[in-house]
Amino acid sequence: MKEKEIDHDPLRHNVVWIFFASVKLTVVLLLTLAATSVIGTVIPQNESPQAYRQAFGDFLYRLFDVLDIFDMYHSWWFQMLLLLLTLNVVVCSVDRLKATWKIIFSKNPTFNLTRYRNDKRKVQRDDPRTVEELRPLVKNLVSRKFTYYRQEDAESGFVFYAEKWRWTRLGVYIVHTSVILLLIGGLIGSIFGFEGFVNIPEGETIDTIRLRNSDKLVKLDFKIRCDDFDVSFYPNGMPKEFRSSLAIIENGTAILQKDILVNHPLRYSGINLFQSSYGELPAEISVATVPEEIGLAFTSKETGMVYNKKVRLGERVKIPEDLGELELEELKDEYDFRGRELGPTLIGALTQKNGVSVEVILPLRFPSFDRMSAMVNPQRSDAVLITIEEIAANPEENAKRYYTGLQVTKDPGVIIVYTGFLMMIIGCIITFFMSHQRLFIEVTAKGKKSRVTVNGKANKNKLGMRRKVEVIADKLTESKRRD
Amino acid sequence: MNSSLTLSITTFVYGISAFLYLVVLVFKRQTPGMLATWVALLGLIGNTAGIVMRWMESYQMGIGHAPLSNLYESLVFFAWTITLLYLVIERRHGNRVIGAFVMPLASLAIAYASLSPNISDRIQPLLPALKSNWLIAHVIACFIGYAAFAIAFGLSIMYLIRQNESSGKNAMIERFPKPQVLDDLIHQMIMFGFLFLSVGIITGAVWANSAWGRYWGWDPKETWSLITWFIYATLLHAKMMRGWHGRRIAYLSVLGFAAVLFTYFGVNLLPGLHSYGAMGQ
Repeated sequence: MKEKEIDHDPLRHNVVWIFFASVKLTVVLLLTLAATSVIGTVIPQNESPQAYRQAFGDFLYRLFDVLDIFDMYHSWWFQMLLLLLTLNVVVCSVDRLKATWKIIFSKNPTFNLTRYRNDKRKVQRDDPRTVEELRPLVKNLVSRKFTYYRQEDAESGFVFYAEKWRWTRLGVYIVHTSVILLLIGGLIGSIFGFEGFVNIPEGETIDTIRLRNSDKLVKLDFKIRCDDFDVSFYPNGMPKEFRSSLAIIENGTAILQKDILVNHPLRYSGINLFQSSYGELPAEISVATVPEEIGLAFTSKETGMVYNKKVRLGERVKIPEDLGELELEELKDEYDFRGRELGPTLIGALTQKNGVSVEVILPLRFPSFDRMSAMVNPQRSDAVLITIEEIAANPEENAKRYYTGLQVTKDPGVIIVYTGFLMMIIGCIITFFMSHQRLFIEVTAKGKKSRVTVNGKANKNKLGMRRKVEVIADKLTESKRRD
Repeated sequence: MNSSLTLSITTFVYGISAFLYLVVLVFKRQTPGMLATWVALLGLIGNTAGIVMRWMESYQMGIGHAPLSNLYESLVFFAWTITLLYLVIERRHGNRVIGAFVMPLASLAIAYASLSPNISDRIQPLLPALKSNWLIAHVIACFIGYAAFAIAFGLSIMYLIRQNESSGKNAMIERFPKPQVLDDLIHQMIMFGFLFLSVGIITGAVWANSAWGRYWGWDPKETWSLITWFIYATLLHAKMMRGWHGRRIAYLSVLGFAAVLFTYFGVNLLPGLHSYGAMGQ
């Protein structure tokens, strides 16, 4: 930069400032970040200490542990590199912005006439037309192609200065701001956000989730109910779609219902719910799924014979071999047997051969329960034992039950990060492909003809600007070739 | 005629084109030069047709999706972007010697896809996570970026060869573009590639955020794309702010392309989310 003046700003003579204003530091930091980032891709992150100890041995394990290698992207030293880069970007930008600002917002752009004239790279052409004939042509060209131009008289002719895209000098600051926004957004996310998960069985409602990488629970401000989960497969067995029908419940009422798929999350009051996994619930029998007929097996002690019978609730059946009669009286949701919860249970009355009626307990989850309980009931003879043979008479009613696995996240930094993304793309386009272009055209009389001199400069893509100067010179004097 | 056959023929056509460019480099003949360009264009047409056919075939199979979902398809697309970008540059600069350093890369990419026994060319349905428009934007942006870096790599190798042979009067090297032109072209390609790599990483992040609920997870592929980004960012700063040029930039460009290749192929050897881009699928 030629615009260096004597700067009296004490900040700029500060050692720390000079250190962080250096692009050398940028190069060192970027390469260090690149090199150290490799480590975490070679050594798997966030595994169990036992796994690491086994893989690396005790000494290396302890060394890596001290250096936070096992969670290196969140380690103090990696974060410090990012912080240094941020400071570097900020200081560099502020340091240079002052000069850029001066160039961009000067009312009357300055042009150095002698420099353009004496520059060896200028393009000079002779044209048969007179100076005054060429003047409107030049004016037309610069007014079309440039946003600013100025005309001055010169010795036996005229000079045009033109320029455009002065503001593109700000492009690099847009990129740098975007990097800072990304880092700030990331920081906000890691402080105020969380990443957790929850499994919800179909039909059930939850309001608490578990955080990843820690066992902490977080209570949400609302409840989530999973109404349904579906998984579909391609003919070759690959999963095609995971779909959870979710309802958001606040104050007891469902205020939002939505199906979520992978790539189509549900976002509600700052919390995002993502389809992440699923599973089958262990076969669980609830009262709702018990069919009308229950298959029972009666085992006679005397003959060892087993008799299968379908029995309906409320129906009285005779047991073969004249072993008595059984009536299933009711189906209870829960049954407490000596302090133990047995779940859905059939209660029956068995009228034995001797006329004594005893209560029979048939828990659906424990089909052979009667074999044990018959022993401990003094009133019960063990002439006949009852087991539940089948309850799933109707497969539809006892269809598989799933739970849906949801990733639950909150990240208030995302909006900042996305702003950064957008700025980075726009900033890169401006910085790489647009430049502040300045053009100089002088036309002087040469006898009755004229001499056209074109020169120009750009702050970037200098070769492109040289080509442009050639093209403009050709255009202005093209009539010469036609003659 | 199906897409696999079309792309196999394209592999062959690209091979001939690359060979012709090498002939141009060694013998300096006009005729093979013209021919090389036309054959490359023919290959590009075949490559385009193959991609379009594959797209249509997937719809006929009832699992329609853009052919950008696995290693085979990405390699085919990589060859396409390299060739397209190269032909544009050839037209603008009129120097066919560059083709001898670039077309072999396009040929290698598609040959690897067609010939490697580890890479299946079967059209497969999309996993739920891949069903996103961000996927298409992500893959296209990444591979335009990679193609630009591949060409920058070819140019850097030319630059390094030229600088090392500057003493002797080697007729072959006389035909290389001037060092300043090479240097400028490398810079242009890397700016172009850097923009698209950034767009690729960003669209990937947005996609990850809609699929997994986080835009960045330090997954090895993500991390390696960032490492690549760091290297090219270093190069751009060194060039624009510290005035680096020539050999040092060429070396950095080679290093950057090595990182690109590792991001593309090497990461599949490591565990991570991008495993669908791996072998055998």
